Amino acid sequence: MTNESNTASRVEAALKGLIEDGAISTDRGGMVSVRVPADHIHAACKALRDEAGFETNTLVTARDHGEGEDERFEVLYQFLSYAHKDRVRVSVMTQGDDPEVQSIRDLWPGIWFSERECYDMFGVRFKGHGDLRRLLMPEGFDHHPLRKDFPHIGIQPDKLYRQWDAARRAEYAAEQANEGGH
Amino acid sequence: METKIFEYRPGLTNPDVDDPIHGETLPVNMGPQHPATHGVLRLGVDLDGELMVKVDPDVGYLHRGKEKTCESLGWIKFFPHTDRLDYVQPLMNNIGYAMALETLAGLEIPERAKVIRVLLMEISRIAAHLIYLGTTSIDLGAISMFFYTFKERENIYSILDAYTGHRMNNTYVRIGGLYADVDEKVEAMLREFLDQFPDRIDEYEKLLTGNRIWYDRNRDVGVITPENARAWSLTGPILRASGVEWDLRKDDPYCGYETYDFEVPVGTVGDCYDRYLVRIEEMRQSVKIAKQALDRLPSTPGDVLAEDRRYVLPPKAKVHTSMEELIYQFKIVTDLRLPKGEAYSRVESSKGELGFLAISDGTATPARCHIRAPGLMNVQAIPLIAEGRLFSDMVAIIGSLDFVMGEVDR
Repeated sequence: MTNESNTASRVEAALKGLIEDGAISTDRGGMVSVRVPADHIHAACKALRDEAGFETNTLVTARDHGEGEDERFEVLYQFLSYAHKDRVRVSVMTQGDDPEVQSIRDLWPGIWFSERECYDMFGVRFKGHGDLRRLLMPEGFDHHPLRKDFPHIGIQPDKLYRQWDAARRAEYAAEQANEGGH
Repeated sequence: METKIFEYRPGLTNPDVDDPIHGETLPVNMGPQHPATHGVLRLGVDLDGELMVKVDPDVGYLHRGKEKTCESLGWIKFFPHTDRLDYVQPLMNNIGYAMALETLAGLEIPERAKVIRVLLMEISRIAAHLIYLGTTSIDLGAISMFFYTFKERENIYSILDAYTGHRMNNTYVRIGGLYADVDEKVEAMLREFLDQFPDRIDEYEKLLTGNRIWYDRNRDVGVITPENARAWSLTGPILRASGVEWDLRKDDPYCGYETYDFEVPVGTVGDCYDRYLVRIEEMRQSVKIAKQALDRLPSTPGDVLAEDRRYVLPPKAKVHTSMEELIYQFKIVTDLRLPKGEAYSRVESSKGELGFLAISDGTATPARCHIRAPGLMNVQAIPLIAEGRLFSDMVAIIGSLDFVMGEVDR
């Protein structure tokens, strides 16, 4: 946006002691991007809100680096400051196929749906979220569709329908049997 | 025999009160096929009498896996899918997505393409706000409004039909500009529409703004404070109706919006009525911007598509006559590689901040394309403003939040 070096120095001052050297970079659009260790995500977001003046959260999402990678899932947050008219992107690398990250819903209530969507699509669990249900996929769906190992064609697209249909038929058959008995 | 008379006591919502009526809630299922939920939104509502104690929005009935589709199709073939996100303003989505890819590629688009894009975005905003006005008023009982607004919207679609060849789902934006230039016929149609449209807005205001029923159904219903609007990630007209002066066109300009003269309407209360007033004023400002863009067209000659054969499709006429251009066309359609990196583009859509986060790893397969849908945040705010209010206010609240499920569910 207006002044990238200004944003970067503000972010650096707020996150002193929480990030490593060289963790701040700019992306191809000129947005400041900062890599935060997974243990410090809550403290870093709190510092960004209270000290650097990023008042609102724009999005929470993740990126899958592919199966077999040590640091497989990268959780991405974007924050916006109305006063300074700039944005920052925070990225967190997580370990393993079943990652867990501290939730920041207590800092911004509007993160409710964003973290739910991230959990639904990638299987990243947010510790302390309080209401971590699936958002877009139905309850009872076994997979996380935006993972790279989930096939584009889908997995058993009619599985839930078949379950429902089988239950309905069994119920109907039981009713018929009952009526026949009288 | 003694009979107990139940008396109506407004404001009594405490479930601990020893009363046979209060204390027990009734779960009511609203949607997903309810006409007032504007699509396939389901709301699980717990009622105590007529008061809503708990509201749980359930989205995902229109989930088509758009982000996964982008990874499967590649960057350029995803364009038609962006039309189907917020399907009342397809060109706005096209432009937002194209801007993300252009940022990633480091591509500068021609000045004339920018002017036409501004023109198209403002026309799309008017069309989307007309849908809001029509559907919300029909939900609240003002049935004739629906016909007036949809008649004007049809005029816009006739213009887009003459320009792009489609009424809806235009897919007319390309990486690096637009598919084709506007001609005199389209320009004349646009000018005629923009000249008569402010009178139509006056007519809508005569029907609604001072209307006692409209006022009573909307005033002080669904109040969002500025603090809540910021903390709940709300954007667009809803944020501005709450009194926060933030418009991406002014505060984070793109497509040359900083060179246009317009004002940003801001509300004071943050209720449904303020959101209505903000959107009405936004339509007037959109007319103002679109007229300025139309006046600039003759003075900004040139191409509407950048010349960069690494990322930009060659014009169709050249493909039919030149072997090299045919090869470029084939390469770009089948194997478009954008530079490695991340880019976020944002446009002020009629619903709020529409963002595309594009991440490329340098191969032809997109690593990630996240769509930041403003509508999802608007749906999320329903419990915030609906809980503790009467069930009949729900229709006004849903209408004023103005979301399109194609974008919410993606």
